[in-house]
Amino acid sequence: MRRLLLILALLASPALAVQPDEVLDDPVLESRARELSEGLRCLVCRNENIDESNADLARDLRLAVRERLVAGDTDDEVIAYLVDRYGEYVLLRPTVTGANLILWLAGPAMLLGGAGIAVIALRRRPEGKRRDDALTPEEQARLDTLLKE
Amino acid sequence: MIIELGHFALILGFVMAVLQCALPLVGAQKGWRGFMAAGEPAAQAQFLFLLFAFGAITWGFVSSDFSLRLVTMNSHTAKPMLYKITGVWGNHEGSMLLWCLILAFYAALAAWFGGNLTETLRARVIGVQGAISVAFLGFLIFTSNPFWRLEMPPLNGEDLNPLLQDPGLAFHPPFLYLGYVGLSMAFSFAVAALIEGRVDAAWGRWVRPWTLVAWVFLTIGIALGSWWAYYELGWGGFWFWDPVENASFMPWLIAAALLHSAIVVEKREALKSWTILLAILAFGFSLIGAFIVRSGVLTSVHAFANDPERGVYLLAITGVFMGGALTLYAARASALEAKGIFSLTSRETALVANNVLLAVAAFVVFVGTVWPLVAEMAFDRKLSVGAPFFNAAFTPFMVALALLLPIGTLMPWKRARMGRVMGQLWGIMALSIALGGLVWVMRTGGSMLAPIGAVLAAWLVLGTLVDLKTRAGRGDLSSRARRLGKLPRADWGRAVAHAGFGITIFGVAALTAWQVEDIRVAQVGETFTVAPYEITLASVEESQGPNYATTMARMEVTRNGDPVATLYPEKRLYPVARMPTTEAAIDNGILRDLYLVIGDPQNNGGWAVRTYIKPFANWIWAGAIIMAIGGGLSLSDRRHRVAAGAAKAHRTKAVPAE
Repeated sequence: MRRLLLILALLASPALAVQPDEVLDDPVLESRARELSEGLRCLVCRNENIDESNADLARDLRLAVRERLVAGDTDDEVIAYLVDRYGEYVLLRPTVTGANLILWLAGPAMLLGGAGIAVIALRRRPEGKRRDDALTPEEQARLDTLLKE
Repeated sequence: MIIELGHFALILGFVMAVLQCALPLVGAQKGWRGFMAAGEPAAQAQFLFLLFAFGAITWGFVSSDFSLRLVTMNSHTAKPMLYKITGVWGNHEGSMLLWCLILAFYAALAAWFGGNLTETLRARVIGVQGAISVAFLGFLIFTSNPFWRLEMPPLNGEDLNPLLQDPGLAFHPPFLYLGYVGLSMAFSFAVAALIEGRVDAAWGRWVRPWTLVAWVFLTIGIALGSWWAYYELGWGGFWFWDPVENASFMPWLIAAALLHSAIVVEKREALKSWTILLAILAFGFSLIGAFIVRSGVLTSVHAFANDPERGVYLLAITGVFMGGALTLYAARASALEAKGIFSLTSRETALVANNVLLAVAAFVVFVGTVWPLVAEMAFDRKLSVGAPFFNAAFTPFMVALALLLPIGTLMPWKRARMGRVMGQLWGIMALSIALGGLVWVMRTGGSMLAPIGAVLAAWLVLGTLVDLKTRAGRGDLSSRARRLGKLPRADWGRAVAHAGFGITIFGVAALTAWQVEDIRVAQVGETFTVAPYEITLASVEESQGPNYATTMARMEVTRNGDPVATLYPEKRLYPVARMPTTEAAIDNGILRDLYLVIGDPQNNGGWAVRTYIKPFANWIWAGAIIMAIGGGLSLSDRRHRVAAGAAKAHRTKAVPAE
């Protein structure tokens, strides 16, 4: 029943992202917490990070992040702690492991492929190259002498 | 009665679409002129029928006819009139009807303004456009009919999602659809050209204005959506890399690439088959976007129609049109022979680089968007791909694009000399880097983003000035000014659009790097300081809006005691939809936005208050609007309006390339 009341209360008044009472006194820790929060997904939301989300769960996660930071965890340890509990779904920046390599390398690979194809296609146009009518040094020298006369 | 007439008109529109598709395509194949000509009246009739159907639904919303299922689900008598009207497209069925209406509108435009096209090409364009109409009207009528009645009409409706009750968002969908659907014209032109087996300069000239129109509307639509998110969602984010945003961004990127490659076709008769492919893909991404938004496969903030049946139908539409067009492309592309010859250092090559970068950027967005789905299905990993990925993987391509852009615009067609081009640019390059250095010295945070953004923005904007200066030629000021005045509008459009790109880059970089945020509990009457401003929470009052309850704060902002602004941030609760919204109060400025949000009451009687100082925020959307203006200028160029090129094409008509 208390839980229900709590839910109703929260429905009635929207919480708004980071609340004043969550903010840590130590500005360095707080800014680390903010930075970490931006990379963590609010699991019940649609594509929102916990820093921006109004959901209760996001608040819990924000508090958990701050708790771990106050306890002296490094950033990586905090993330490992959350991934342990919620899986890699919580990470908005997918890890560069296993199949995710495809995701990360897709862009650079496509760029190399695209640029390669473009260069080959452009070079395969012999007329284009032959028509390069910049003067050779001999021609230039001849032109210079002609102009001087 | 009006509703039933509307429903009937919708069905007649469907019949017209079938005629518009079948008659001209058959006619063009067989050489039957009567059949070919039938496409035009059919397209116009379809448009008029759908316009009537759309009007009927709008009437249902305006008169709050709750016997209509759609009105019951999305409207309420207490809703302001503006949102009753815009509520028509604030839902799946209505927005799909709008989509079909715009599709028919473009076909009708092709009938009205296509007089300079060759007879068979016009017939085929209208026919292919009709085929798309048939598919979407079928989808609308059979799976998401907006004219469904309720047996027992309720006394009142369930109201429109309060987030959508906002002027910025009210007009976001029509613009987006004019863009998305506008790309169908490029698609129809591409498929028609493939059927004909001929792509020439005239084709490039015809397809470019349609792409430009679509791109301009997409730019405005995306900017409106981003601006809405900025002021409505309560913390001033402007881009979230949400699947639905990506769905609109991918066609935008491809359309931008298409705009540029169509120039090469038009001026140099090269890159033909690549341009055709882009035209197909641009609309393909529009279709994929429609599928992503409406199937709910990738859940996101905007998905309002999560229905598997609809998803399957949309996937089938996407598959049929893309599969068909790409098969045709594979069969015919080799017949498209390039004529123009150019060396590796030339404007043509620069535009190829532009195309590669834009296409790869779109591809990165696509892979990131669908990756969660792929990873779950193929690798059994449930993961998220969010903003940090896109920022890291997408940004480098935009940086490269911005770096190359001024060099490319200065290159002449056919053959350029790198030394000569760079000779004109060393000065502004030094100036841009100096400016970036200045920003780097002044920066407060550790981020390199702002200096890099400043360098790129200065490089782009100054680059357009150099471009214009080159166009003006030599001589005294008055003759230069005269020459500038006589420049084709397309040249001005290019300069303006490219400068707009630079301005947006700077806005994004500056906002991301320099935002100041303050979160605190303030008592009524308390004054606190944020950077150069003193802010007083003067009062907090509750009152009643037309269809919501509001808690409104009055906050006075001063700087060194001089009043700057009085702002009224609000928190609203829409009782019918049982949904709260925040209405931030923003003092807009050229150099910064002051962004205030009122939060919850606290136990000690105070209020949670957020203050953001957002430097150069408006530059983001100003840049987008400038880009759109550039597109508009280019569109108004004489050569797009005059049939000169077409007449020439008629004369040289003769042999298809097969």
